[in-house]
Amino acid sequence: MGIIKTLEILAPGPLTTVQDLGRFGFGRFGVPQSGAADPFSLRIGNILVGNPENAAALELTFMGPKIRILENSVIAITGADLQPAVDGESIPMWQSRLMKTGNILSFKGRGTGCRAYLSVSGGISVPIVMGSRSTNLTARFGGLDGRPLAKGDVLCTESPTTLPKREKTAFDSEMIPVYSAEQRLRIIPGPQNDHFPDMSWRRFLNSLFTVTPDSNRAGARLSGPSVWAGKELDASILSEGVVPGAIQVPGDAQPIILLGEAVTGGYRKIATVISADLHLAGQLTPGDIVQFKEVTMKRAGVLRREMEELIARFRMEAAF
Amino acid sequence: MLYHPPRYRVMGDRSLLVELGDHIGLDVNTRVRELAAALELNPPEGLVDVVPAYASLLLIFDPLRIDLRTLQKEIAHTLVTLDPSRLPEPKILEIPVVYGNEYGPDLEWVARYHHLTPREVVSHHTAHVYHVYMIGFIPGFPYMGELPKILVTPRRETPRTQVPKGSVGLAQAQTGIYPNPSPGGWQIIGRTPVKLFDALKTPPALLEMGDRVRFYAIEEEEWERWAS
Repeated sequence: MGIIKTLEILAPGPLTTVQDLGRFGFGRFGVPQSGAADPFSLRIGNILVGNPENAAALELTFMGPKIRILENSVIAITGADLQPAVDGESIPMWQSRLMKTGNILSFKGRGTGCRAYLSVSGGISVPIVMGSRSTNLTARFGGLDGRPLAKGDVLCTESPTTLPKREKTAFDSEMIPVYSAEQRLRIIPGPQNDHFPDMSWRRFLNSLFTVTPDSNRAGARLSGPSVWAGKELDASILSEGVVPGAIQVPGDAQPIILLGEAVTGGYRKIATVISADLHLAGQLTPGDIVQFKEVTMKRAGVLRREMEELIARFRMEAAF
Repeated sequence: MLYHPPRYRVMGDRSLLVELGDHIGLDVNTRVRELAAALELNPPEGLVDVVPAYASLLLIFDPLRIDLRTLQKEIAHTLVTLDPSRLPEPKILEIPVVYGNEYGPDLEWVARYHHLTPREVVSHHTAHVYHVYMIGFIPGFPYMGELPKILVTPRRETPRTQVPKGSVGLAQAQTGIYPNPSPGGWQIIGRTPVKLFDALKTPPALLEMGDRVRFYAIEEEEWERWAS
């Protein structure tokens, strides 16, 4: 047992950070949950390499990094198809793969979606800070020294407790989420939908919104028709806690889908993305078109349980 | 006003907003603090995080372990059995601030806005004991109030892309401190060398909701002594 040097970052790409499923229980200190923007992909990636679902992995963005493998290990890449290659040869996404010392992992770029997850058997070894290995870039803690990865960084993994029984395990291709450039997100109205006039609510549901380039891990910013809260109201409300998926509407009437780096906010939330669609919100990319569809709380519960059953089934299969 | 019973609003399928009132005030904020403390002491099954704020608490839960109705019932029960005497005593902290110049680039503007001298702004800011209403926005950032009426100031028209660590700002009737560099729109009147957030400490934030803070002015020459 112990930790092994496994990955060397040759080029970091636009933003590569260490993330797990997030940091919970510190909201009263203003600490957001952070964690993988697409938790579904992280969980499947970890199952593919025999890790607990909450193990830390690398979140890769857009063009992805270039990495040298320092020790034989099993990896899997899930999430947006950044077109991974080993020593220049394309390899499939959503499959476990044995990597040999000296292999170079690189990426050719993306189709749709913007974030991929590199899971490594054993999990990325960084100190646990407030219950999580996720990187908080605002306060610069967690992950690797609280910062994005840089050229020359060497990452360790824990020695794996279980190895995938099969040499190769793949996630059923029909179950891979579709990160469409025209994404439909299912929402539940509220918490402040009643502050918006009917016309704004109809516009919100019936319009197409475009993801803007100033989007990041804190939120996907949208541009589209004005979702106006009405003349008689101030732009802001008393600051209150927020969750990833909450859709806030600031004074400029352009919605923002909050992601994992937000903890409180002082703007009205017209609706909230259901937890079963949160991974799709985490893949929104500048230029993508978004449309919202209202579902009931009951339906959101059914969809979430279906997702959990799918993951649980795959976990059983992968363990054979 | 205070809400009896509280108003519940759902924020998606895994969080519930519990509103205990509709204003910034010690009455409602103390009740928020009491409920937060009770939930921390005795958390309902499936509750994963609580974000207390001015007049509300956001309860983040695991919908696979608890449903909304059960959670709401547990909150209602907790509220009627609240025991304020079990609240921990709030801390009282004195925080040194270097006011003006590059430490407080908006001090002159704030003074002109209120037809005061910069020195008068400082003496008003340091004359009051502020209540920490909530920690939010970024880790460890205290929202404190209320400012004396003479210092109530609008936010900057154009927010700064980067506010330095330790900056002390004003926004409406609130005063706050940026524990880390961040974009921000508050009027910056000074800076403190005191560290407000340390992820490796327990608790990680210097201030918690309910604490009391008084600022006092120090000279630029004293910064180094405080920073070490």
